[in-house]
Amino acid sequence: MAGKPKLHYSNGRGKMESIRWLLAAAGVEFEEEFIETKEDLEKLRNDGSLLFQQVPMVEIDGMKMVQTRAILSYIAAKYNLYGKDLRERAWIDMYVEGTTDLMGMIMYLPLQPADTKEKNLALIIERATNRYFPVYEKALKDHGHDYLVGNKLSWADIHLLEAILMAEECKPGILSAFPLLQAFKERTSNIPTIKKFLQPGSQRKPQMDEKSLATVKKIFGI
Amino acid sequence: MSGKPKLHYFNGRGRMEPIRWLLAAAGVEFEECFLETKDDLTKLQKDGSLLFQQVPMVEIDGMKMVQTRAILNYIATKYNLYGKDLKERALIDMYVEAAMDLNELLMTHPFQPADKKEEHFATMLDKATNRYFPVYEKVLKDHGQDFLVGNRFSRVDVQLLEILLMAEEFKPDILAKFPLLQSFKARISNIPTIKKFLQPGSQRKSLPQEKDVSKVMKIFY
Repeated sequence: MAGKPKLHYSNGRGKMESIRWLLAAAGVEFEEEFIETKEDLEKLRNDGSLLFQQVPMVEIDGMKMVQTRAILSYIAAKYNLYGKDLRERAWIDMYVEGTTDLMGMIMYLPLQPADTKEKNLALIIERATNRYFPVYEKALKDHGHDYLVGNKLSWADIHLLEAILMAEECKPGILSAFPLLQAFKERTSNIPTIKKFLQPGSQRKPQMDEKSLATVKKIFGI
Repeated sequence: MSGKPKLHYFNGRGRMEPIRWLLAAAGVEFEECFLETKDDLTKLQKDGSLLFQQVPMVEIDGMKMVQTRAILNYIATKYNLYGKDLKERALIDMYVEAAMDLNELLMTHPFQPADKKEEHFATMLDKATNRYFPVYEKVLKDHGQDFLVGNRFSRVDVQLLEILLMAEEFKPDILAKFPLLQSFKARISNIPTIKKFLQPGSQRKSLPQEKDVSKVMKIFY
C-alpha cells in the first residue's frame, strides 16, 4: 500500500526544497512533518528513522529514504523525468549537478558570518552570470528545443527553473543577458503542475527570514 | 570511435579518485592527463573543454563529462555496477551519498588550514566511527551477504572499500569495532581487478604530502 510521500524537514527550503519542486512538478501530492525543535530531530534519530542521523528524510514506497540526491534520483526515475537512456541521463546529471552547486551557494548564504555576506553574494552573482547561466543558455540555443535534454521535460528543467528563481531573488534582472533562459523560465513556469506550485498557498517555501534562521540554527546546532 | 577514457585532473586523489577506483574495479583501462600548473587549468577552461570550468573532466564515449557524480553514475550504469532495479538503485544511492560525504571529509583533511586541522581530524574520525561505519556494519550483518546491495558486486562496494582504506590511513585501528567491515575489506580487496589496483605501480594515487598540497593550492586558487 502506497500512501503519499511524507517529507521530514524543518519548515523552510534548505535541502528539501528541490525535492518539493520535483514531486510537485511530477504532480505527486505529498505530506510534510516539520521539525520545529531540537527534540523533534532527536526523536527521529532515536527511533532509527534517519539512516545517517540526518534530514532530509522522505517516506516513500515503503522506504525511509535519506540523502537528497538519492531521493531526487528515485523520484526522477519513478516519474519518467530522467531521460530515455544512459546518454540523456549523463546530460541531465551534469546539468543538475551544476544547478545544485549554484543553489548550494545561495542556500548557505544566510548561514555565513555577517562580514562575508557581501563578498559571498557577489560571488554567487558572478558565478550565476559567468559560469552557470551561459551553459544553460547555450544548451537551449544549440538545439532550439523547449527543454534542456531530449526534447522532453526532465528533472534538469525543473531544477534549472528553481535555480533561476532563487538567483533572481539574489539579484532581480540577473537573467538580463540570457534571453533564452527568460523564455525558458516563462514557458516552464506555465506547465500546469509547476504553475500550481508557484501559486500562493502551495507547499513551496519562502526565503529564510531572521526568525526561521534562528530556529534552524537551534535545531541543527549550527 | 571510442578509445580509453581519459581523465583530466591533478596528479593526486581529490575528487577524481573515486572515478579511478570505479573504472579500475570495472576492469576499464584509462589514460590520465595531469594538470601541473594553473596554466594547464586555464588552457582547459579556455578551449571549452570544461562545461562549468571545473575538473574532474573525463573524456568518455565521445563526451567530455564533468561533475563527479554524473561521471560515476555513467560508469556505474555502463558497467552494470548500479543494481538491477529502481529500489536497488535507491539503496545504492543512499549508501554512496553517505560514502561521498565521508570521502569529502577525509579527502579535504590535508588541505585544511593549520589552525583547523586538529578539530577537523577529530570530526572526521568521529563521523566515520559513529555515523557511517555502524550503518554499513549493520547492513552487512542484517543480510549476511558479501556485498552491500542485492547480493551482487556494485559501485557502493568499491566506494566503501575506498573510504575504509582512507580512514585507516589516518587511524590504523579504526575498524577495530567493525568485524564485518574488516572481512568486507579483505574480501573486496581480493577481487582481481581491485587487487590489481591496490598493487604498487597502479594508477591509484597516494595521500597528499605537504608539497602536493601547495602545488594543488597553486593550480586552483
